Amino acid sequence: MKELLQRLTQAYGPSGSEDKVREIIKAELPGYETKTDALGNLIVEKKGSKNKIMFSAHMDEIGIIVTHIDKEGFLRFDFVGGVNPFHLPGERVEFKNGTLGVIGLEKLDKISDLTKANLYIDIGAENKEEAMKLVRVGDFASFTSPFIDLGNKVVSKAMDNRSACAVLIKLMQELPETQNHIVAVFTVQEEVGLRGARTAAFGVDPDYGIALDVTATGDTPKAMTMEVGLGKGAAIKVKDNSLLTHPYVKDKLIELAEQNNIPYQMEVLEFGGTDAGVIHLSRSGVPSGVISIPCRYLHGRSEMLDTRDLEAALALAKAFAKADLK
Amino acid sequence: MFLKELSEARGVSSREQEVRDLIREYIKPHVDEVFTDSLGNLYGVKGKEKKGPKVMLAAHMEEVGLMITSIEKNGLLRFLPVGGIDPRVLVSKPVFIGKEKVAGVIGAKAIHLQKPEERTQVLGFDDLYIDIGASDEDEAKKLVKIGDVATFTTVFGKLGDLCVGKAFDDRAGCTALVELTKLEFNCPVYFVFTVQEEVGLRGAGPAAYRVNPDFCLVLEGTTASDVAGTDEEGYSTTLGEGPAVSVMDRSVIAHPKVVGRLFRLAEENGIPLQNKRTITGGTDAGVIALSREGVPTATVAVPCRYIHSPVTVMNQSDLEHMIKLTELFVHDIAEKGVEN
Repeated sequence: MKELLQRLTQAYGPSGSEDKVREIIKAELPGYETKTDALGNLIVEKKGSKNKIMFSAHMDEIGIIVTHIDKEGFLRFDFVGGVNPFHLPGERVEFKNGTLGVIGLEKLDKISDLTKANLYIDIGAENKEEAMKLVRVGDFASFTSPFIDLGNKVVSKAMDNRSACAVLIKLMQELPETQNHIVAVFTVQEEVGLRGARTAAFGVDPDYGIALDVTATGDTPKAMTMEVGLGKGAAIKVKDNSLLTHPYVKDKLIELAEQNNIPYQMEVLEFGGTDAGVIHLSRSGVPSGVISIPCRYLHGRSEMLDTRDLEAALALAKAFAKADLK
Repeated sequence: MFLKELSEARGVSSREQEVRDLIREYIKPHVDEVFTDSLGNLYGVKGKEKKGPKVMLAAHMEEVGLMITSIEKNGLLRFLPVGGIDPRVLVSKPVFIGKEKVAGVIGAKAIHLQKPEERTQVLGFDDLYIDIGASDEDEAKKLVKIGDVATFTTVFGKLGDLCVGKAFDDRAGCTALVELTKLEFNCPVYFVFTVQEEVGLRGAGPAAYRVNPDFCLVLEGTTASDVAGTDEEGYSTTLGEGPAVSVMDRSVIAHPKVVGRLFRLAEENGIPLQNKRTITGGTDAGVIALSREGVPTATVAVPCRYIHSPVTVMNQSDLEHMIKLTELFVHDIAEKGVEN
């Protein structure tokens, strides 16, 4: 799992530019016929005769988009997804063509004045002409940060949501034939507004929806109050801003975790949303839930999670895929 | 081109009839089929039976405006904006209200009567009113009803090489679409004039659901900030440098292949094309792209200074280039398909 996780998290894939992640995932699932839809969602099916369950994990990560290149060759940019500008000074970015850059900050009187308008990217170009050989206005970049292994805990950029992609890949690799019809969808553009999952859900038209995604924790010094913590198991979501988990799905997930001795915790998230937010509103409605992976320092360059929680999330997803649902 | 006529026509969100009627007359001779749906979206269909990808071209018919919310005892009208209007552009502007085009002016206390501190304050919608010359509530009610909408009265004009008018957002796109109906394409093309974009991209979703296109291009008027008070890195678009393509805004990330293809076609044919360099705002593309199983969609727009005001300024050559580029693009899609 760690090796796969490393490859997935290190891949370039800001919202709308998920190609490289999609190629890695396709290569991991050679036994399947895969389909890529109009928006770029990767759809992988395991046929079955009973309920159709759509599992989704988004491939995209937050990033930036270039809005201007000045005479000296410095780039100005805007955010793609929920980026905190205070995380950025001194960070590094990578463009699709491999061009690297560092984020600089104009001289400010006080640090609280910092906004995205004070930040720029330096790609080492001497002037605009040289910069434009490497980068154009409208190009996307992701942040970079190496994968580090701290034992049970691992750290990288884009754990949100490549960790769930890894779980979904493993699910499709390891799941035996089931009664249920399983559709794994690796979605695009979640970070900019749950966009890929919306069209995928329309196309798949499932009986049940399960999103796999990371969630915040309350287990760090002076953290917000939240029960979820690293190493305590897969989190079964009760609510966030996009979803009230369908009671049948929530209860079924709890029942399956209990029956199979899968460590789990309940998650009540006071903000944010996941693909399940749009899946459950597709067509005439889809009972949906979320299996969450607890993750510290979300949307930073060093998102941390516990691989035991990943294993628990995988076990719970497998149990749901095999479950006899009404 | 019908830019003048379409700019001067009145059509605030949900009251698009005058614009719709005008467009229907313009396109009727050039398309195979014209119809309107239950929300008021207008469709012109051409080459329905042809093979090749089904292309949807969309532009919204309506403009931002004001809705009358109450009538005061003294006959003055209170109002709220329909769509995004900066109250600072409203003071002293003439307006027409309702179907009968009742004339009014947006009033505010004269400078002589203002206290010093009032002179430094921006007047909000609560402070502004429309004066239609009625002497009391009863007289006003004979002319205007609550819920009527008001538009600016701007007459289309020229400022040197530039045009000035109201509602170029999105009558510029409508004008382009009308011109494009005159051309022949080797694929089915749906020209869709949508309603209620300015209040939340409402008409385009059902329209895309109905058309179920393989590809969509949205033609728009967009912000230009190549003016005093903006640093160059804050420029959104620049007048006269061609239409602007949005790689990303608040509503959509354009299909990456589409953006590349637009730039390639522009370059090959000597058509100027610029990036929209800010990612604010949204267009019908946001909901069209997410219709059904998803539609590859992009937005191309004419740069407009002072957008959403009574005096929007644009360069007609940007509009002409947008029409030409769209023509080439649809031909290219008809020939080579969407995935190319």
